[in-house]
Amino acid sequence: MAVFGSDLDRPLYGRAPSPGLRFTVCVILSIALMYYDRHGQLVQRLRFALDAAVYPLQVAVGSPSRAWHWLTDNLQTRAALQAENLQLQTQLRQLELRSMRQAALEQENAQLRELRASLPPLIQHWQLAQIIAVQTDPLRQLIVIDKGTHDGVRPHQVVVDAHGILGQVERVGPLSAEIILVTDPEHAIPVQVTRNSLRTIAIGGGSDGELVLPYLASNADIRSGDLLVSSGLGGVFPAGFPVARVIGVRRESAQLPAQVRAAPVASVDRDREVILLTFSADNPAAPAPNPPIAPAPRPKAKSTAKPIPSDDE
Amino acid sequence: MSERHPRLLILTTAIIGLVLMLVPLPHWATVFWPAFLVLVVLYWSIMMPRAGGMTLGFGSGLALDACQGSLLGEHALALSFVTYLAIRLHLLVRAKPLFEQSLFVFAALMAYEALLWVIDGWTGYALSTPTRWVPTLTGGLIWPLVVGLLGRFHLAR
Repeated sequence: MAVFGSDLDRPLYGRAPSPGLRFTVCVILSIALMYYDRHGQLVQRLRFALDAAVYPLQVAVGSPSRAWHWLTDNLQTRAALQAENLQLQTQLRQLELRSMRQAALEQENAQLRELRASLPPLIQHWQLAQIIAVQTDPLRQLIVIDKGTHDGVRPHQVVVDAHGILGQVERVGPLSAEIILVTDPEHAIPVQVTRNSLRTIAIGGGSDGELVLPYLASNADIRSGDLLVSSGLGGVFPAGFPVARVIGVRRESAQLPAQVRAAPVASVDRDREVILLTFSADNPAAPAPNPPIAPAPRPKAKSTAKPIPSDDE
Repeated sequence: MSERHPRLLILTTAIIGLVLMLVPLPHWATVFWPAFLVLVVLYWSIMMPRAGGMTLGFGSGLALDACQGSLLGEHALALSFVTYLAIRLHLLVRAKPLFEQSLFVFAALMAYEALLWVIDGWTGYALSTPTRWVPTLTGGLIWPLVVGLLGRFHLAR
């Protein structure tokens, strides 16, 4: 490849290598890169290095808006802060009330499942991460966060915000990670309607920030307002986390599938911080340990803490 | 043209173009937001084809791939093609009035977007919206602006 900006006074044509040759080299190189990015391991390593290289740029690009938020956060008046504090206290009290019977219910649930020992908490570890970049391409719904392998982030880790599931980690760099949102057209998440336990798959709708449920028959029992939670199938997401709420159902004829749209409960386009979750594998609601392929047979455990397969396996 | 160090200028403008493509925008703006980096590469390929050359196109494409998390080599291929087109036709395009240059840029951006579209399709990402073609139009429309701005930098030396 020619050196950048050298030999200005030489003629364009008639010197080696000609632009045509260099173009051919570029094309071959690009195609090889694309092929090995999909099928090989070597380019993955190059990608890892490139991620580290563009990290400062991504941070720099996002810094004005972060600085603005920092400034507005710091310049808030005492009254505004007090109001926010009051609101948070009210919220906390509500949550406390709601979770008051949680421990008792968990115990009861364990007994119903004939599990004498109490279950480990589902969420073993959580980690807060800042969003440093948002993919602007209208067809892709990706965000970049400021935590990578350095902080123990792994591919397929579940990402949530305060309201529900946001997506999963797609690619991890040394200092940053790319998260594919549930609204990305390439992303599918197994869900369940809370009202009647109907199971289906929700696929991202792309730029409109919605999800679609393409695999429902036109007579499926689903209607606007239904809450969709993750079903725990598929081995990535745990069972029972809110994903989306159905906002529109259209049934055109008996033969065609119903056209169901749902809005994510997580505030996909307003978040500045996200939470990365790690689950303890012993809890029945946790995703199966071997994600994409058929789940491996569970190892035989001791009789005291026998893992009970969840009902959807 | 007697620039002695256009390298630094080209690199700076390319980085500015890349940053402009990465800034977080409200959703309605992303529909119109042109590919600034492609415009910058086109400018240098037409005005000074010897300075940046294919390296500039390929390198910018790779940077774009790395930043946008797309398939590595996708933008590199598309940008290499557009750069090659511009370098081959630079004498023809440079002599034309700005309006006709805009038309050429529009066509080049269309080719760029079409290549990306085809690669997306081949790699199993067949979903597309009509809005993906809007930035090619805005790109062609702001071409005179790009020429004015970059021309001021590199001809005022």
